[in-house]
Amino acid sequence: MEFFKIRRDIPFMRHALVLNGISLITFLVAVFFLFSRGLHLSVEFTGGTLMEVGYLQSADLAAIRSTVDGLGIKDVQVQNFGTAQEVLIRMPAQKGATPGQQSEKVLAALKAADPTATLRRTEFVGPQVGDELATDGLKALAFVVVGIMLYLAVRFEWKFAVAAIIANLHDVIIILGFFAFFQWEFSLPVLAAVLAVLGYSVNESVVIFDRIRENFRRYRKMNTVEIIDNAITSTISRTIITHGSTQLMVLSMLLFGGATLHYFALALTIGILFGIYSSVFVAAAIAMWLGITREDLIKAQVKKDTDSNDPNDPNAGATV
Amino acid sequence: MNRYPLWKYATLLVALLIGGLYALPNLFGESPAVQVSVAKASLKLDLGTVTQVQEAIKTAGISPEVVTLEGNSIKARFASTDVQLKAKDAMSQSLNPDAANPSYVVALNLVSRSPTWLSSLHASPMYLGLDLRGGVHFMLQVDMQAALSKKAESLAGDLRSAMREKSIRHGGVSRNGQKVEIRFRDAAMVESAKRLIQDQFPDLVVAESVDAGETKLVASIQEVAARKVQEQALKQNITTLHNRINELGVAEPVIQQQGLDRIVVQLPGVQDTAKAKDILGRTATLEIRMVEDGAEARAAETGTGPVPLGTERFLERNGAPVIVKKQVILTGENLTDAQPGFDSQTQEAAVHLTLDAKGARIFRDVTRESVGKRMAILLFEKGKGEVVTAPVIRSEIGGGRVQISGRMTTVEAADTALLLRAGSLAAPMEIIEERTIGPSLGAENIAKGFNSVTWGFAAVAVFMCTYYLLFGVISSVALAVNLLLLVAVLSMLQATLTLPGMAAMALVLGMAIDANVLINERVREELRNGAAPQAAIHAGYDRAWATILDSNVTTLIAGLALLAFGSGPVRGFAVVHCLGILTSMFSGVFFSRGVVNLWYGRQKKLKTVSIGTVWRPDGSSGTALGVDGEK
Repeated sequence: MEFFKIRRDIPFMRHALVLNGISLITFLVAVFFLFSRGLHLSVEFTGGTLMEVGYLQSADLAAIRSTVDGLGIKDVQVQNFGTAQEVLIRMPAQKGATPGQQSEKVLAALKAADPTATLRRTEFVGPQVGDELATDGLKALAFVVVGIMLYLAVRFEWKFAVAAIIANLHDVIIILGFFAFFQWEFSLPVLAAVLAVLGYSVNESVVIFDRIRENFRRYRKMNTVEIIDNAITSTISRTIITHGSTQLMVLSMLLFGGATLHYFALALTIGILFGIYSSVFVAAAIAMWLGITREDLIKAQVKKDTDSNDPNDPNAGATV
Repeated sequence: MNRYPLWKYATLLVALLIGGLYALPNLFGESPAVQVSVAKASLKLDLGTVTQVQEAIKTAGISPEVVTLEGNSIKARFASTDVQLKAKDAMSQSLNPDAANPSYVVALNLVSRSPTWLSSLHASPMYLGLDLRGGVHFMLQVDMQAALSKKAESLAGDLRSAMREKSIRHGGVSRNGQKVEIRFRDAAMVESAKRLIQDQFPDLVVAESVDAGETKLVASIQEVAARKVQEQALKQNITTLHNRINELGVAEPVIQQQGLDRIVVQLPGVQDTAKAKDILGRTATLEIRMVEDGAEARAAETGTGPVPLGTERFLERNGAPVIVKKQVILTGENLTDAQPGFDSQTQEAAVHLTLDAKGARIFRDVTRESVGKRMAILLFEKGKGEVVTAPVIRSEIGGGRVQISGRMTTVEAADTALLLRAGSLAAPMEIIEERTIGPSLGAENIAKGFNSVTWGFAAVAVFMCTYYLLFGVISSVALAVNLLLLVAVLSMLQATLTLPGMAAMALVLGMAIDANVLINERVREELRNGAAPQAAIHAGYDRAWATILDSNVTTLIAGLALLAFGSGPVRGFAVVHCLGILTSMFSGVFFSRGVVNLWYGRQKKLKTVSIGTVWRPDGSSGTALGVDGEK
């Protein structure tokens, strides 16, 4: 079987300007929603109490809401979780009452209203912990960005490092934009998924950059645009297949992982889709705008290439 | 060119064997069990206890699968949870005849069903996190400011009495936050006070200030000393928690320090959070009272007479009754420290108590009047009192340093000191994070995680096998080996597996196939460019390696960041993610190459490689060059 029967190199870079424009617009839209709507942060970040309560029949959300309201707890959110029998109750951190008392009081009230109510899980996070988690999350993001840039700068060149990071941060912002637009819950596992996507889709750019470097060495006659087109074309089948395989796994998580893994898998799905796009259309294009040249990449190797005919090569024709 | 030397095959084989061996216990699953451990440091588990357990189970008419003594716990395995519950009741009745004062912790647990020879290799199943097995998780914050204020308070008292002894006149000693302020009207006294602090209070640093004809010395706790106070407060709180949790009957509680001022408590299997919180948050109080020694009291002790007026009957830890006066001499407030140690003359095990200034004064007065009598130190928890120790007063004790010694083992001394400290919990704690996961939810989560991994794996394997034929089969086998090794490493390290961890497992398998896709695509490309099959395989693996390394390093950077900065669920994800990347390099490249070499490497005149269609732009199908696949 072969899905990719490509006769000629696809001129990806011909439309680079248009595609980068689209990227920029998507990016700006994501940023807009991120600021206008904000992320719907989970209890882990905001602090508060979360209860998952199971019922034998479909739960009556309105009744549950009024029961909890009756206890004098403000700003309570009640929603279904996974199935109609399961209910998720979110309560902001309350001053005065200790968290344990709060969840016990609520459960007692719910049990009084419907004896089949069973507590499946509770979670309480104090506000100070929430703040720390948020800063730790940002620190982790910074660590990943700096770590990957350093690695790529050493392994390739700074222009590639910048291009890869811009392309992949653009993915991250777009994932966050989705979460802001749909007001999906942004929890710790989602944060983990976002960072994993960042590390993963940099892979993609790395594979293409690797090919660009190899092509620079191999095809001395081609110009930069042709080289990039060829590199992307010859790796496109691998890109799609790899991402497809990963997506199969993520899909299985989405189908079988239940409500807990739902948003985690969703974040990965968006990340994988945009990861392909940004690696193919954005990363290489930015590297191109930044003006990568043959010399950037093969300085160290030039001396070995004695049979080189490259006019730009200062060591052309030299023998060792 | 596609051959591995023998040692490489040997390495592969050994890695597979070890991996298989350590992953094996996960297949056997776990059985319900009852675990017995000691509740008191002075007790020990031995073969006698094992027989007692066995007899208790037998009289209840239950036959256990296995009863083993491992280290400091006895584990009895049963066929079902019903039998387990019955056995637990029988065992606790036999081992703890006095339910109010248990000597052993009898707890429900799960024990691996794997055969003994596996267990003796220390091969055990993966350690499941709370979200998979159900239980309670607490994070407690220790109020260090309160601990320091308390220390300052006791230092202020000590300063006051030290200055009185040296007859240094002062205009008042007071605690202001975590500092001690001493005012002087007489400037001459300032110098001697300073000298006193320098000599006797090495923990304090003083600053002098003059204000409206009044000199003020502000003594603050030195940074080193403050840190020590905080460390001790934390350690003390942890030991106190340990003691209290013993009472809950939890098989494998986790009590760990996190950061500088936090304690994480995890109680797997505990469902009654209200009780757990009640016990964790309980405050114990310590009281020192005199023992009543009259004839009436003797009679009351043996149970032949009524308890005399103004006295109460308490039990010592060994069960002996003691009649104690109701009047309280001192409380835990006045006890600043209790440490186990040795008598400087007799080298006997002893407990050293330190009292604050007020406590020391009262103690001196009481001991002067009651030489030869006994005093009892009582610990009250949940309103229930227990005599920790009831020593005889040998002489007047001044200075606030008290030593209790005689007929004590070192273990008992340590135990007593711990209990005494427990009576004065160093610093208040607050629950800042709490998670409860019901047992049914845990089981559901395992099923969800397991299904995600299985179906995802199956889908990827089917695709690989149809797209790359034999190379796809080899890639799928490599992926299976990756899963096996990952499970084996997780079991070996006993790293906690959580639901996000299972998600990471699925994700890492999805990412790991990348290495094989890269290799297979590269081999196809080489074939497309006209390379001979053997050369194509060689070049494919060779060229793909650099790319695989690069991409795994970037993924690993992200994984390490999560490991370094993540907590809770993120950490569980990161551990599996990072380990999975490492095992995938081994299986995806080294192992799959080994299989390919074994299959194709021996064939000198290799004509076809089963890697699916090698399509050429010029229209000639790959078959012409001896590449089989679809035509």
